[in-house]
Amino acid sequence: MLDALSYGFMQNALIASVLISIIAGIIGSLVVVNRMVFLAGGIAHTSYGGIGMAIYFGIPIYLGASLFAVGAALLLSFISLKQKNKMDTFIGLIWAAVGMAIGVIFVDLTPGYNVDLLSYLFGSILAVSRDDLYFISILLVVIILTLTLWYRDILAVSYDSEYAALRGVPVKFFYTFILVLCALSVVVAIKIVGLILVIALLTMPIYIAQKLSSTLAGMMLYSSALSLLFTLVGLALSYTYNLTSGASIILVAAFFLVVFLLIEFLHHR
Amino acid sequence: MKPILRVENLSFAYEKQTVLENINLEVFEKDFLAIIGPNGGGKSTLLKLILGINKIQSGDIKIQGKSSLQFLNKIGYVPQNTNVNTDFPIKTSEVVLMGRTSKKIFFFGYSKDEQQKAKEALEKVGMKGFANQKIGSLSGGQRQRVMIARALFTNPKILLFDEPTSSIDVAGQKKIYKLLKNLSKEITVIVVSHDLSIVLEDATKVAYINKTLVLHDALLENKKFDTKNDHFCEVELLHMLGNSHKKSCSC
Repeated sequence: MLDALSYGFMQNALIASVLISIIAGIIGSLVVVNRMVFLAGGIAHTSYGGIGMAIYFGIPIYLGASLFAVGAALLLSFISLKQKNKMDTFIGLIWAAVGMAIGVIFVDLTPGYNVDLLSYLFGSILAVSRDDLYFISILLVVIILTLTLWYRDILAVSYDSEYAALRGVPVKFFYTFILVLCALSVVVAIKIVGLILVIALLTMPIYIAQKLSSTLAGMMLYSSALSLLFTLVGLALSYTYNLTSGASIILVAAFFLVVFLLIEFLHHR
Repeated sequence: MKPILRVENLSFAYEKQTVLENINLEVFEKDFLAIIGPNGGGKSTLLKLILGINKIQSGDIKIQGKSSLQFLNKIGYVPQNTNVNTDFPIKTSEVVLMGRTSKKIFFFGYSKDEQQKAKEALEKVGMKGFANQKIGSLSGGQRQRVMIARALFTNPKILLFDEPTSSIDVAGQKKIYKLLKNLSKEITVIVVSHDLSIVLEDATKVAYINKTLVLHDALLENKKFDTKNDHFCEVELLHMLGNSHKKSCSC
């Protein structure tokens, strides 16, 4: 098992796991407490349209996916602030049509055989490149900087946006900003668990963390630690038994969540 | 004496439906004003206009003689439903700290000075020992008191309550009333409420809003009902208001 660490791709995979776990812990917490899980799902699937176009036009995948994801985040933020009652329609639209359909069509149009398709759906952490690591690191720095400067405002907006608005906090700005950070985080998380499973990574560790912590910051720390645990255990299983990494990670998370729920259930009885 | 809050010729309509018509109201320091009236009568709309959530369409609202929007930190607000987001991982003291209005950028966490102020605000509402508890672990009444502490955090001149007891049990309600009465010795208190015991026992003025506003203060000088034992229904009070209305109001 340890000899695996001598491979460059394995080292990259481990670094990526650590960075993405922290990102998923922080952003997942924000997504859950702001009840944006469904929105995050829409964003994840929309980014597939960007992946398809990036493959077709030969531009970097992250760039294409980020553009689509951020575009979706801005659109959803606009709709949820202006026309909340049409939210479901729009999420459906971008989830299925703009996202998956455009992605699939563009991959169809791309000449040659495309092996990479599945890796975006289910993740390919073993294929993390150095450039990917730079992209992920920058995102993590931006997230941590944002929290350092505006933790109180973000907390206020997330807990009670009506009251925060009364106190002069720019609620719409922070709501949009959280969604954009969520979009970028979804894009990097696609790398390790794939876009179908990304929502699981952004919610399962968070659920446990929410029960364990009495502050939002604490929830973020717990979530990050749990994500890292699940990712590393999943990765080890994936390496040992030659399984798809993303699916292994999510199954490990699901296993721990079920155990946690059982303990909670027995405890309350 | 100058009024602390003055509403002048205020009218408001949602699209084409007029909700408030030519409202005039003066509230003085240490008044305890109860606003009553039927659902949809415009109580909450008036509250939202005072708080600057709804934009004033015609007329004016002034606090100490100036536009109310400049004085939002002089108004403490306690919202109606305090049972939202009870799963949220946030400590009681952090909820109170939300009350601050400063535009300064803070690095992670809170200054000692602010923590101290939050503790003082919690002490005022009798929740000192709960500063580090998760907000979700408190009872409805306790949570309501924390929301009052949050409103007190900026040392407001006026405290606005929207149905302060609608989401808590009877025992909790009694404590809230007592607290409101104590607070009204130092701060102007405005309460929108369906609960008539508060209106009759504690309020110094009662405003009845149903599109238009009728102000009563004579009502309370000759109280006819003992509210300590009985809870009584709105119909009775409206009846009463109707009578005293004839006797004491010129309108």
